[in-house]
Amino acid sequence: MNWILGFIILIAKLGVVLVGLLLLAAYLVLLERKFLGRLQIRYGPNRAGKFGLLQPFADTIKMLTKEDTVPAEADRVLFLLAPAVVASEALLIFAVVPFGATITLWGKKVPMVITDLNVGLLYVFALASLGVYGVALGGWASNSKYSLIGGIRGAAQMISYELSLGLSLVPIVMLARSFSLVDIVRAQADYPFILVQPVSFMIFLISAVAETKRIPFDLPEAENELGAGYHTEYSGMRFGLFFLGEYVNLQVLGALVTVFFLGGWRGPLLPPVVWFLIKVLAVAVLMIWVRGTLPRLRYDQLMHLGWKFLVPVALLNIVATGAFLLI
Amino acid sequence: MTIYAAIFYVLAGVILVATGMAITRRNLVHSIVYLIISFFGSAMLYYLFGAPLLAALEIIIYAGAIMVLFLFIIMMLRVDPSSLRRPDLKQWLPASALGLIYVAIAILVVTQDPGSRTMLEMALTKPRVFGEFLFQKYWLPIEIVSFLLLIALVGALYLGKAFARDAREREEAEK
Repeated sequence: MNWILGFIILIAKLGVVLVGLLLLAAYLVLLERKFLGRLQIRYGPNRAGKFGLLQPFADTIKMLTKEDTVPAEADRVLFLLAPAVVASEALLIFAVVPFGATITLWGKKVPMVITDLNVGLLYVFALASLGVYGVALGGWASNSKYSLIGGIRGAAQMISYELSLGLSLVPIVMLARSFSLVDIVRAQADYPFILVQPVSFMIFLISAVAETKRIPFDLPEAENELGAGYHTEYSGMRFGLFFLGEYVNLQVLGALVTVFFLGGWRGPLLPPVVWFLIKVLAVAVLMIWVRGTLPRLRYDQLMHLGWKFLVPVALLNIVATGAFLLI
Repeated sequence: MTIYAAIFYVLAGVILVATGMAITRRNLVHSIVYLIISFFGSAMLYYLFGAPLLAALEIIIYAGAIMVLFLFIIMMLRVDPSSLRRPDLKQWLPASALGLIYVAIAILVVTQDPGSRTMLEMALTKPRVFGEFLFQKYWLPIEIVSFLLLIALVGALYLGKAFARDAREREEAEK
């Protein structure tokens, strides 16, 4: 009986998280278009439903009903699989993110996380490092020069910034003394880590924006030189999957910043899940604001920033944190 | 047969088939994808044996970092699969001879070694305990391995510098 109850709770949690992620992704697209519109002194989408609130559904129906094309001479299997890699990688990361305090249901303790791995942080990195394949293979399999250049740029950028992304979190692990995301949130009971690790926070934020390939790091899909970069040749829902992956990644990024630096679901008065959502959305809005403000970096600037600035600073930060912990 | 044994044999089959495909494909990008699947299978195997830390590291380092670099180079080179010739007998013979020796030793180890009959004790620990054990007992091998990586790093730096110097000299000569 207990076993069946646990199973039902697990399935229910999976369902809620999945539906929540997909819905929020759809509405983040709307939020981004609206907010960018305001930043550029125009309205943004306002035709479908009140304030354009039905726009995500209109977009989804449009993408689902479009023809699914494969370019001539493309590598068919890899071309068809690449978008799924991007979308599933983004969704799977969320499995280790704690989004609330443990609650009690029918006398049973239910942790508000899908699974608390003791190597949770490494699991996040493992999936993030696999996300490169969706971009690189999608670009290669399209048999188009724009896509290939986009794919190569994407691969180079993501492996460069993965390094500083990983190094920026080492001080957090040192402070929390654990790889588990639940333990990291628990370690911030007194104060969020952003107060003691502002340098880490900045490095993580910059590297994470580069990992998600958003402006100012959107060289893999730079519209004015590459068409749409690695997803130039995709249509219909396969393009939709790349798009979905990007916006789920935006949420994952917000969730990770929340867990590592902003104290996770902790906050006064409001319930933990609400605090979690507020923090995630705040990071997402910050990302959109950055997109509306900064121009795209040049390729050499991108590589210089990653290798010659972020990595050394992250290494120094690790040494400084270690010294501080020893004293 | 327990469910774990069943999972083990499925994973072992996937790893073997994927590695076989990786060796035999003419298209280099396909080889890489099969090799990634094989590494992924190995990582699952580690996880099945109760070593999530090794599983995560296997994916981050092998499937994630090293294979991306391979893919990157191959995408830059754009090798035409039809231009690759099959290896001739001179390359085949030593390779298969070495392979056979390896198989023979493996069979000998499995059938002769008395240690292979007893089950190893299961050890489940946290990453932290594992790290402490590793760095307290085996710090010297770890330092030696890290030294090896440092040498590779310095070598790469030297080659890159020499390449840049050559290019600069050629440019000056042209002027």
